[in-house]
Amino acid sequence: MTEARLAIPVSDEDHSSGPADALITLVEYGDYECPYCGQAFPIVEKIRRVFDDSLRFVFRNLPLAEVHPHAERAAEMAEAVALQGDFWAMHDMLYEHQRELADEALLSYAKAVGADLDRVRADLTEGAPRRRVESDFEGAIRSGANGTPTFYINGARYDGTWQYEPFADHLKSVLRDL
Amino acid sequence: MALAPGDTAPDFTLLTTPDQKISLSEFDVPVVLIFYPADWSPVCGDELTMFEAASRLFHERGAQLLGISVDGVWSHQAFRADHKIEFPLLSDFEPKGEVARLYGVYREGEGVCDRALFVIDRDRKVAWSYVSPIGVNPGADGALKAVEELS
Repeated sequence: MTEARLAIPVSDEDHSSGPADALITLVEYGDYECPYCGQAFPIVEKIRRVFDDSLRFVFRNLPLAEVHPHAERAAEMAEAVALQGDFWAMHDMLYEHQRELADEALLSYAKAVGADLDRVRADLTEGAPRRRVESDFEGAIRSGANGTPTFYINGARYDGTWQYEPFADHLKSVLRDL
Repeated sequence: MALAPGDTAPDFTLLTTPDQKISLSEFDVPVVLIFYPADWSPVCGDELTMFEAASRLFHERGAQLLGISVDGVWSHQAFRADHKIEFPLLSDFEPKGEVARLYGVYREGEGVCDRALFVIDRDRKVAWSYVSPIGVNPGADGALKAVEELS
């Protein structure tokens, strides 16, 4: 068997930051309640800053509901806010408050990033955010995601450590070898 | 050498709780055997958590998941409860590693089994197998694809 590859190509549907023609596309499958994803959050922030226009970052949902009871709801809330525009503000807000993800708190974060709560509630009821999260989840399994977070660099699963130094060194070597 | 596609999958009977045994032959559906080195080691936890998370996709396709390691039933019981794993974990404990040996995935000298996956079809043949480097969680993609190819 070859190395695990991203099964769902990055598209306009994705939440993406950085140029579409960046030399590196980094995809994270993450869970808002997962402490490892919480540790990875500032590291990814720093990588986005340091690699600047040579890197495009994409976030997809992989909520592990069995071990993280608020993770699915948090992911759906982020997707509901995204329907109104500002996914990244909500994404950051959730990782900055990942120990407080009860429903009331989720709504207060949505409000704080400027979302219209009536629309958020209506969209959650209608179900588009849930369908999006489920579809991300299945894509993650098909891509051989092996925990949270799982990263893909230009489509290939990254099995190395994601602490800043080794992660950044690996990305630099990917840039060098292009 | 791990058993390969086309090989007959040897039957076995192992304890899954202190008073309950499970045999491969009792399933008339495709079975995914997930051999892993040990309860509690960080990679195993992630691997089994991922399979648990993916279990709905396997169930929808009529497949049964079974985890196997050399840990005892009490360890399995605590590990399942802690990681909220619903599918059975089997104890290849006495004689130690016997089933792992039958499938060619016992690590002599280390006393644990490989991180190996087998998809067994309804005719008890190996349809697909994969042995991962011991430190790398293989993910559920290969087994899911193999199960889909059976139907």
